[in-house]
Amino acid sequence: MIKEKFLEKSLFLVALSSISVLALIAFFIFEQGVPLIWKAGPFSFLLGERWFPSQGSFGIFPMIVGSFWVTIGALIIGVPLGVACAIFLCELTPAAVSAAFRPMIQLLAAIPSVIFGFWGLIVLVPLIRNYLGGPGLSVLAGSLVLGIMILPTIISISEDSLRALPRTLKEGALSLGATHWQTIWRVLLPAARSGIVASIILGMGRAIGETMAMIMVLGNAVQMPDSILSSTRTLTTNIGIEMGYATGDHRQALFATGVVLFFIIMGLNTLALVISGRRRS
Amino acid sequence: MGSTSVQPFAESLAEEYMVHYPQEKIYVQGGGSSAGIHAVRSEAAQIGMSSRPLMPEEKDLIAIPIAYDAITVIVHPSNPLDNLGTEQIRRIFSGQMKNWGPAGGRNHAITLVTREEGSGTREAFQHLIMGKTEISLGALVQDSNGAIRQLVADDPHAIGYISLGLVTDQVKALKIDGVEANVENIKERRYKIVRPFLFVFKASPERQVKNFLDYILSPPGQNLLVQEGLVSVTTISATPPGGAPSK
Repeated sequence: MIKEKFLEKSLFLVALSSISVLALIAFFIFEQGVPLIWKAGPFSFLLGERWFPSQGSFGIFPMIVGSFWVTIGALIIGVPLGVACAIFLCELTPAAVSAAFRPMIQLLAAIPSVIFGFWGLIVLVPLIRNYLGGPGLSVLAGSLVLGIMILPTIISISEDSLRALPRTLKEGALSLGATHWQTIWRVLLPAARSGIVASIILGMGRAIGETMAMIMVLGNAVQMPDSILSSTRTLTTNIGIEMGYATGDHRQALFATGVVLFFIIMGLNTLALVISGRRRS
Repeated sequence: MGSTSVQPFAESLAEEYMVHYPQEKIYVQGGGSSAGIHAVRSEAAQIGMSSRPLMPEEKDLIAIPIAYDAITVIVHPSNPLDNLGTEQIRRIFSGQMKNWGPAGGRNHAITLVTREEGSGTREAFQHLIMGKTEISLGALVQDSNGAIRQLVADDPHAIGYISLGLVTDQVKALKIDGVEANVENIKERRYKIVRPFLFVFKASPERQVKNFLDYILSPPGQNLLVQEGLVSVTTISATPPGGAPSK
């Protein structure tokens, strides 16, 4: 009995320590970043378009817009592919084939992002530069790379939610004379909707957080992209590319960028939790 | 401790020095020129590395140039241009001139490449070429000399700037106002885009600091720096360009 109590307590401590790491990181980011946001003015920090930290201009609006466009681009590429792949694995293929496919998709998730970035830089960027114009380092290159990177997230969660549907749903539809495709499109997909939406939101979180690959293929110009062929910078790459030499206010401005990122990711994760929670109840 | 532009050179100097004098220990750290100078004043470091001249209020310290670094403007080897004026470079990097045509090149949009905010090379380029004019926010940003060289080597319409020592056949270094960037022209002070790499220390340095400096300024030390692409201090006499040593 005492042993039992002891084990419970120590596991509780372990759990607490991992959460306290989160609290510690959050505290540090805020402690470093928030004073600068006040100093620069929250309004001009969030909506300013000039980023010259060495001269005291801290406007991160182009990076918020950049993050937004690259993420949207990634979803346009990743969601149809990912959901289609989940349907294929779940409904249209024998168990043996999907058992062979699944490890490959997991492997896709295990590839380090720097490899994706390198591949994008060496293969995609010259293709875009030579056939579509512009510098090649662009929103399009970033979206393509990210679209592929979020596939494993979207596929595995969508597939899980399709598999979790009661068999009776499918049997009922088929027995009413619906074709297989009609069953998938009209019955199964709507029923699994909340799981699929949650997978998309988690994919979004992954896309917004990606740094290394984006530094390599986006070109990192501090501008709002005027086409998918122009360069941009995301919130994460702003931190990644400038942290090397940043000191004083400049360094704090990078932490402040982290604060903004923190809120965006928190918002997305909360949204994903709410949506997948609704599915369970 | 100090400038990250000087850091790699200081590291190889320290390595060589410790091979010759195994009893000595030298630790090299980055952090930026200002951080390095501050560290010397607060006695956190014995030597500071700086890629900018001392400010008037820092003149209580001694700064000795250990070498000079020239910054070159580079383009793709297929670019028909060989020369640009300072004013043209300024117009290109500020984003006013967006096409190679008016500068005498092919009629094609310019791909502008720069270093990130905070980089010593960017700071020197800003100071020596741009003056008060800002570098365009639309410029692509890469976080190392090597990455800029690679981008310019891959893109026929790109222009960027890197240290002279890192120029290879992959890219073409432009003449600036008709002056080619080479050791001869730097020595004669015809090529102006040059910054000193300084070692900063207190007025009465310790024996170890003196010995290390003696090694750096000796022929083996200077040869090492020349091999790494810098211009030796011994080739430039008297007051160098880009800022005089304080004492």
